[in-house]
Amino acid sequence: MAKKDSFERPDGRAVDETRKMSAKVGVVENADGSAMFSFGDTVAIAAVYGPRKMHPQHMQDMEKGTLRYNYNMFSFSVTERIRPGPSRRSQEISKISQWAIEPVVMIDKFPGNVIDVYVSIIQANASTRCAGINAAALALAHAGIPMKDMVSSVSIGKLDKQLVVDLSKAEEDWEEGEGATDIPITMTGDGKITHIQLDGKIETKQLKEAVRLARKACKDIYEIQKKALKESVDLKEK
Amino acid sequence: MRKIVIPGEIIESGESYLPGEGTEKRGEDIVSIKYGLAEESNKLVKVIPLSGVYLPRRGNVVIGKVENITFNGWVVDIGTAEGAFLSLSEVPRYIDKNGLDELMGIGDMMIAKIVEINKRGIDLTIKVRGLGKIEEGLIVKINSNKVPRIIGKEGSMISIIKDETKCDITVGQNGLVWIQGATVEDELFAKKAIMFIVENSFVEGLTEEVKRWFKEEKK
Amino acid sequence: METPRINQDRIRKYLEQGKRFDGRKFDEFREITIETGASKKAEGSARVKIGNTEVIVGVKMDLATPYPDSPDKGNLMVTAELLPLSSDRFESGPPSIESIELARIIDRMIRESKFIELDKLCIKEGEKVWNIFIDIYSINADGNLLDAAGIGTVAALKNAKIPKYDKETEKVVFGEWTNEKLPVKKETPLSITFHKIGNHFIVDPTQEEEDASETRVTIGSSDGVISSMQKGNHVPLSVEELDHIFDMSEKAWKYLISKIEKHLK
Repeated sequence: MAKKDSFERPDGRAVDETRKMSAKVGVVENADGSAMFSFGDTVAIAAVYGPRKMHPQHMQDMEKGTLRYNYNMFSFSVTERIRPGPSRRSQEISKISQWAIEPVVMIDKFPGNVIDVYVSIIQANASTRCAGINAAALALAHAGIPMKDMVSSVSIGKLDKQLVVDLSKAEEDWEEGEGATDIPITMTGDGKITHIQLDGKIETKQLKEAVRLARKACKDIYEIQKKALKESVDLKEK
Repeated sequence: MRKIVIPGEIIESGESYLPGEGTEKRGEDIVSIKYGLAEESNKLVKVIPLSGVYLPRRGNVVIGKVENITFNGWVVDIGTAEGAFLSLSEVPRYIDKNGLDELMGIGDMMIAKIVEINKRGIDLTIKVRGLGKIEEGLIVKINSNKVPRIIGKEGSMISIIKDETKCDITVGQNGLVWIQGATVEDELFAKKAIMFIVENSFVEGLTEEVKRWFKEEKK
Repeated sequence: METPRINQDRIRKYLEQGKRFDGRKFDEFREITIETGASKKAEGSARVKIGNTEVIVGVKMDLATPYPDSPDKGNLMVTAELLPLSSDRFESGPPSIESIELARIIDRMIRESKFIELDKLCIKEGEKVWNIFIDIYSINADGNLLDAAGIGTVAALKNAKIPKYDKETEKVVFGEWTNEKLPVKKETPLSITFHKIGNHFIVDPTQEEEDASETRVTIGSSDGVISSMQKGNHVPLSVEELDHIFDMSEKAWKYLISKIEKHLK
């Protein structure tokens, strides 16, 4: 079980506490939908264009349409500059992020067309793909794309033997004991897992617990996302 | 009931409710599949989108731009993912097949009506009065979801704008609006009025607000 | 969608009457906001909005060997990405010619004005100097990305601190900074782009105005001294028109500096 009192996290958080989150939609005017999402110092923005014509034509999926996800990090989002342009890491994250969101997007309503999701990380303090997915889900909803549900994403970590929620960079680099295990997870609003990855060393019993911790955290994230969407409209009720 | 809902959110629960546009029935629940304004009347629950691209419908009057000219018609951009096409046969007079670009060239704007939507795309016509090439004026782009507010119930809102600004205005269902006035000032005034309505589209009693706004602006 | 031709006709017609759609004067900029510290991980960074146009610029530094013809000077490299996130006019893929030109125009403005005191960025002559990387990203494109990028670059540079350098390992300690600011000159260079529409010249075009623009001249200057210039697009200019632009540029610099001074500390 999570020892709430005795384990000290570098920033003083409780073991099951996420960093302060913030979310906002409508941050890129030109886009059909857009949003920003942050976990503490990790800041992601997402913009959605579509559904629109797909080029090149031969890549069109005439049966159900395509969701394209492009993740990139600003060169100065990290302490050691990243050369601009796609990397193997960003391409992989783009693909698993697309898989994380596609199950809830009703792309069968857009045969032959494409919905483009562009995610940029402006400032990085670990959990960037999770912040990106949270921003992307918001941007898709904001763009009026038909979706069965929202998705929410968070990283669960194991620092030595202790499970924690929402890894920061300092925790990603944890060296004591068994070091750090990083488990980013994405879930739908009704608790189905659309994405899970793992880096490190963990026994199945604790892994099951990690997934349950993620479920709780994703519920909190869902509330933040819901609030951002609802508050972007001032109904001006008299 | 009027409330903002998000995808996956349960709007109403109960056997008697029916799933309208923007919703899905899951068991007894009516669930939203869009981010929008949920409304219920006579047990029919629907979600009106607040944002998102234009969804074309047969009979819609739209404003589009000529993208290309083929041997038998014009390829028109009306802001949809599917292409729109105006065939030679849907023009109200005889055009020689070599004279297409004389009537309308690439980059020209037109008001057209959607005749049919099929697997190939969207078929347009300009055979009806009031449709055709736009010679001059201002085109304003708004989100297509706001078009009903600009037009108003039975055209009441658009009439107010036309009267107050003395402009000719045609609103395309795809969110493009054509304004033509006696002076550029009048046209920009009409544009300003339209943007005001877009920004206040949720206000109840918007018609009164708009009348009030015009009074203030004219001072 | 590119601005319809009939709108462009209206823009030209209105300019003949001495007016712009949003009521601005020909030499007036839209509202400008500057926020420094857009990324805490950068040596310096800034988020700039001109009207609805938004860019984020960041400065990163690293050690490198100097170029053989400047053994005692730091190096400068400027890149720009016109992100597809910011407009449906931009595509994914390798840098477009627009983003390359933008980066090079900003590079020339900074380099030729000698704004960064590169000779103060030498650690060991002939062996070790600081590299300055300026990376520009568009967030929303509504005309005049060029000038927004220029303001963002200057704001980010003025806000930049030198990273810690470990003399023993001879390596940069990434993520830790000294209190030493990046050495820059007091006089702030700015790039201002003048657009010709019909017979008139305007600054800070909206996207609609930029689509109606026939040719543009970007001038990098600082308090009356011009150190870089670039004409873009294909319509020719007469000598008199160019004179007019030169005259406009000095006033424009003073105007723009007064608008953004308080944000530049």
